[in-house]
Amino acid sequence: MAERAIPVFESIESVSKGRFGIHGGQYIPEVLMHAVIELEEAYQHFKDDPAFTTELEDLLTNYAGRPSLLYYAAKMTRDLGGAKVYLKREDLNHTGAHKINNVLGQVLLAKYMGKTRVIAETGAGQHGVATATVAALMDMECEIFMGKEDTERQALNVYRMELLGAKVHPVTSGTQALKDAVNATMGEWTRRLSDTHYVIGSAVGPHPFPTIVRDFQSVIGREVKQQLLKIEGRLPDVLLACVGGGSNAIGLFSDFVDDPEVRLIGCEAAGRGLHTNQNAATMTLGKAGIFHGMKSYFCQDEYGQIAPVYSISAGLDYPGVGPEHALLRDSRRAEYVAVTDDEAVDAFEYLARTEGIIPAIESAHAVAHARKLAPSLDKNQVMVICLSGRGDKDVAAIARCRGGQINE
Amino acid sequence: MTKISEAFQKGKAFIPFITCGDPDLETTGRIVREMSKNGADIIELGIPFSDPTAEGPVIQAANIRALNGGITTDTIFDFVRDLRKDISTPLVFMTYANVVYSYGTERFVSRCAEIGINGIILPDVPFEEKAEFSSACEASGVNFISLIAPTSENRIAIIAREAKGFIYLVSSLGVTGTRSEIKTDLRSIIRIIRDNTNIPCAIGFGISTPEQAKKMAEIADGVIVGSAIVKLAAQYGTDASNPIGEYIATMKKSVLITE
Repeated sequence: MAERAIPVFESIESVSKGRFGIHGGQYIPEVLMHAVIELEEAYQHFKDDPAFTTELEDLLTNYAGRPSLLYYAAKMTRDLGGAKVYLKREDLNHTGAHKINNVLGQVLLAKYMGKTRVIAETGAGQHGVATATVAALMDMECEIFMGKEDTERQALNVYRMELLGAKVHPVTSGTQALKDAVNATMGEWTRRLSDTHYVIGSAVGPHPFPTIVRDFQSVIGREVKQQLLKIEGRLPDVLLACVGGGSNAIGLFSDFVDDPEVRLIGCEAAGRGLHTNQNAATMTLGKAGIFHGMKSYFCQDEYGQIAPVYSISAGLDYPGVGPEHALLRDSRRAEYVAVTDDEAVDAFEYLARTEGIIPAIESAHAVAHARKLAPSLDKNQVMVICLSGRGDKDVAAIARCRGGQINE
Repeated sequence: MTKISEAFQKGKAFIPFITCGDPDLETTGRIVREMSKNGADIIELGIPFSDPTAEGPVIQAANIRALNGGITTDTIFDFVRDLRKDISTPLVFMTYANVVYSYGTERFVSRCAEIGINGIILPDVPFEEKAEFSSACEASGVNFISLIAPTSENRIAIIAREAKGFIYLVSSLGVTGTRSEIKTDLRSIIRIIRDNTNIPCAIGFGISTPEQAKKMAEIADGVIVGSAIVKLAAQYGTDASNPIGEYIATMKKSVLITE
């Protein structure tokens, strides 16, 4: 019998990677394992590579417009009569949200890996627009998967992505919303791996995505720390951010996790109420499960069927949450509260009238909780709200919600 | 030798798949009996999941039809217990990690053992994550089936060495569904598998015609067919058992010709 080289692979272990407590891991089909291992190795290599970090830094500064402002909301502070309220203005970034931080990092990484094509899921279209934008900038082929219902609700964003040169695929399976768009994008990735990177839009999915997305978003918290030290000479008392998958929240929190005096509060979507089945309150009502490549908390029925969730905010309309948030909840390092549609819409209007800033309806969830919390705090305490995105995209929907009719 | 490995002793094995409860469990019962009668060596029973990410549109739709019919993990357990009164063909559950995890992995697996399920396939549990499932399986004598894909490369050997029952070799990239052509160099993959284990290897994903099945049976120990059968189930509804039985007989014949 001819001698055959039997390769030895001591490096592969039956050990799960990317754990946050019991959460995280890599629950994906075998066919994708090669791709996530390749991604992890590339990330480990390039994240400290001077050429990569210099280029990313330059893009964040000169393309995205960082650092974003830390704005003292004096009128809001006066009105609420408690803690000093600061707004971290991620809405002022290019493409109008924090999403660009992650997308610039991931698409640049994909380019360094030699990939020529990026795919992404999108809910309302913010992450899709950011991905299409950076793909245009970096000469990458780009295909976006979006629930068919969302393509109709957010027709303007579909056109925006097409304008940027991306191909948009309406997803007709399941509930035709964000989770189905993730399913479809994962399916597409299993079909075509070698030239394609999947730009996941939140701190979710199989390892190494939750870590990569957190790292690229952690610029938010690092800037807040520096900016606040300069203005107030101290750390904040409370940080607030909305949580769908949780990327802006983990980006804000991560630099403060080891500062136990800083309260971390994530605001998830209670939709039409926690007592109804129309919400996306994963932390409040969900239980531990395995989905979209990770172990974490999910809205599901007693047999593990993923629940159809609802929120007025397409960006929070997701049945799961990133695994690092699941750990922060388990360890009680962070608190998670649920905010209803009505409270968010009120906060949306409140911030517009009080500060002349129209927040994304996602970010309005954090503003809503701040309105409840700030009055109970001392005047010398400091609260920072992550204004993860701007609200232009939501104006027509809010008008409809208030009984008006506006064509986008 | 487990009951699953034994199923490969009679020559090349034919392994059909069906989603439980599509459109109802009475129909699934008739289909499984026809499969068994017409030469199925192992039968894969799908427990539907709301978001079957490894499946193409055909099996996705079957999952939704079944769930809309109100089926649950518990009703499927009762169904299998009943089936075992007259069906001795090895039965394997194919479902997703969350269905097992949310039921309680140990509780799920011991129920499987109790009702006569011989193996479990979880397409979203790769080698690195298998311990929490396979240890429960080993304790109950249920085989935790490992998958190997065209992209597995340097993972093939190590997966093969720890595999139980049979190896499920995924023929091509992408999700489940019929394909006109399979281009993967499966022979090379099977060579590495054979160098590392004695357990049988069956090929699945994309196989629908007798010609394809024959070709796959020439290089592997068995052939797995899912979407082509689920298509018949969708087409014929509650009358699907006869057309599926005929299809199984044709496919089994084409697989045996290669002996």
